[in-house]
Amino acid sequence: MSLLTVAGLSKEFGGVHAVEDLSFTIHPGTIHSIIGPNGAGKTTLFNLITGVYVPSRGSIRLDDKEIAGRRPSELAALGMSRTFQNLQVFFNMSAVENVMVGHHLHLGRGFLPALLRLPSVVRRDRACRAHCIELLEFVGLGRYVGAEAASMPYGALKRLEIARALAAQPRLLLLDEPAAGLNATESREIDEVIKKVAATGVTVVLVEHDMKMVMGISDHILVLNYGRKLAEGTPAEVRANPEVVAAYLGAQG
Amino acid sequence: MFAEFLQYLFSGLTSGAIYALAGLGFAIIYNSSHVINFAQGEFIMIGGMATATLVAAGMPLPLAAALAVVATMAVGVALEKFAVEPARNADVTAIIIITIGASIFLRGAAQVLWDKEFHSLPAFSGDTPLKVAGATLMPQSLWVVGVAVLVIAALWWFFNRTMFGKAMLATSYNPLAARLMGIPVKTVLMVAFALSALLGAVGGIVMTPITFTNYEAGIMLGLKGFSAAVLGGLGSGAGAIVGGLLVGVAEALASGYLSSAYKDAIAFIIILFVLFFMPSGLFGKKGTERV
Amino acid sequence: MWKSPRTGGLGLLAVLLAAAPLTFPNAYFYDVAVNALFNAVICVGLNLLIGYGGQISLGHAGFYALGAYGSAILVGRYGLPPLAAMLVSATGVGMLAFVVGRPILKLKGHYLAMATLGIGIIIHIVLKTESGLTGGPDGMGVDPFQIAGFAVSGDKAWYWVGAALLVLAVWLALNLVDSPVGRALRAVHGSEVGAEVVGIDTTRYKVLVFVVSAVFASLVGSLFAHKNGFITPDIGSFFRSIELVTMVVLGGMASTFGAVIGAVILTLLPQFLAAFEDYEAMVLGGIMMGTMIFLPKGLLPSVRGLWARRRAAP
Repeated sequence: MSLLTVAGLSKEFGGVHAVEDLSFTIHPGTIHSIIGPNGAGKTTLFNLITGVYVPSRGSIRLDDKEIAGRRPSELAALGMSRTFQNLQVFFNMSAVENVMVGHHLHLGRGFLPALLRLPSVVRRDRACRAHCIELLEFVGLGRYVGAEAASMPYGALKRLEIARALAAQPRLLLLDEPAAGLNATESREIDEVIKKVAATGVTVVLVEHDMKMVMGISDHILVLNYGRKLAEGTPAEVRANPEVVAAYLGAQG
Repeated sequence: MFAEFLQYLFSGLTSGAIYALAGLGFAIIYNSSHVINFAQGEFIMIGGMATATLVAAGMPLPLAAALAVVATMAVGVALEKFAVEPARNADVTAIIIITIGASIFLRGAAQVLWDKEFHSLPAFSGDTPLKVAGATLMPQSLWVVGVAVLVIAALWWFFNRTMFGKAMLATSYNPLAARLMGIPVKTVLMVAFALSALLGAVGGIVMTPITFTNYEAGIMLGLKGFSAAVLGGLGSGAGAIVGGLLVGVAEALASGYLSSAYKDAIAFIIILFVLFFMPSGLFGKKGTERV
Repeated sequence: MWKSPRTGGLGLLAVLLAAAPLTFPNAYFYDVAVNALFNAVICVGLNLLIGYGGQISLGHAGFYALGAYGSAILVGRYGLPPLAAMLVSATGVGMLAFVVGRPILKLKGHYLAMATLGIGIIIHIVLKTESGLTGGPDGMGVDPFQIAGFAVSGDKAWYWVGAALLVLAVWLALNLVDSPVGRALRAVHGSEVGAEVVGIDTTRYKVLVFVVSAVFASLVGSLFAHKNGFITPDIGSFFRSIELVTMVVLGGMASTFGAVIGAVILTLLPQFLAAFEDYEAMVLGGIMMGTMIFLPKGLLPSVRGLWARRRAAP
């Protein structure tokens, strides 16, 4: 039983074939990593899955429902959530409010009740706030509860995006280079957070360059090169694959 | 029938030439700084008003025109130095308000310096109308189009054949790379404003014998020049020229055949139409956002 | 409860509004004050769009004018009761904003600015041209505001109407901002793609706040028409739209109270500049440029920032 199935997926930008004829499956409850050299099409793939880009060809199925080309806001309603390589934090709001926005689909969104500040709105907001503070603590940002997002350091902001994505209560969480720009200690902390998230039953897909992290936590790895699938399998299988070593891992060692 | 159409066409091409010059001014500034200069119309007004008052005071036209153009260019540079440059990193809304504030300021200054009256200039080569295929053509219209063509040709030469002109083009494509290559981006910006001011002033001067000028003349002209730039594709010089002519002709035809009361609305209906259906205009570039 | 910025601020506002007339040396001040209050209400709505929503509108005076003319025409020509006319006009303006907003708000930055500018100017031109309906550039008279046979007349009465309306408007705006709807809106401003991936339909929220702010403007326009007794198309001019935006930006974006302060300052300023009548435009233009260059966040947030820094230093 698969959660996400990608078949024959392609995306062209003018003459550039960012993703070419890609097919793979993601099973629920796994941690799935996508690796490949820079320019291999990893973020493009993410953007295709999460609706930021529309595919040129191919299909993406979530729970056997075709989702290719749907808007990100629709996919969020289907249980998909993501973080960004280039932070898309709401710098005009506080840390807690950022996470509360993540919970958007689960809150009453009526306009008139909000305008009149009905007691039901106030109650739900209070509960949401408490829940989001818990999420901040879950990702290790307990001490930023009162902070403005604009004042937080880079490493904390990466975790803030994860907390926001979790507030949406997703079934499928996509993390785009969660460890990018972090030092060794911060990477280890993110590692722990990802493991904790997966332990709650959320399927995690991540794009990463940090090989230690990838090899350490993945159940399954997909290797991309020039927009095509180069190899896939367990960490052990991928590590031993001579093509992968030649194209990518060889340089890293 | 045809004579009537020709009449409107001549009128439209004449005003279109002014819009083209204004639109080109927008394009040049937008290219070097991504700023929409709402004070562009005021450059047109200052050129016309300054020349008119100098001529009325007895100065010969060529000298008055030259002085007016230089003065307008100085205003353009001052605008860049004191209003635009200090706000380099502000967001779009702030910069829009700054240039709008500048246009209000300049209008107020014109009112104080000169007056609220309408001013005019004598037509450059007399006002005996010419007859072309049954339609009347004012010689001044030929001046307008002729001068516009000359100025545009000079600009083309500048941007494509001189080192500095090419440097300015480079800056519009990639300011950071340009700066790293040693191109003085601040100077580029100043020159851009000076050139736009020149374009506006020249347009204002050749136009004044036909439409008269006063301290408020810049508002509509500027906005219609903007319409030209948007129609052509923000950032495309050729687009601004084509856009200007199209706006002018569309205005004249609509005013003649449909309703003259709504003449001014045409340019804005065009803006909306372009923005809804082809936001990058006729010649503009499309782009996707990197996430 | 009084410590919280919302109730504390609201309370302070109510107190100031109640006490302000005591400082008026003569009856003329009521007239100016009413205009300031009306502008403040428009700006509270406009600030939702510009400050919190991160959009821009250079044509908002058009909605204001439509509200004014809608009321004037429905009451004067068709005999509708003023309250009904006001609500009908607001509904009409809301629908116009909805229809126009959907395509326009897909645009960003300068393009959005120009599209809203275009709308505003087209409305202005239509009001000037359709003189059979609107009286053209010379304007038209407006009947007084009557509810159940009781007429609101005189600047004093309008002052209390305006004050009550402002308190209500500020309360509604504060409610909205601190709610899921408000947070979604601010998220759209913070990062559209970030908002989309958590399930926020960004277009929907942008259109919503655009409609809300247009309705605010229309309601005030209607009341202004009745208060003034006479309106001309210039109440919907480009200059007026810019004035409104400047008030919002001057006071402080993303600050409801800032919008009120900006409106009050820029409405009162011309009174003080009356001596410099000829230089008024230069001063206004200078203020617009100066504020954006030196205080890009606006007055209230800048003052707050200064205050916070002073308190932080021992």
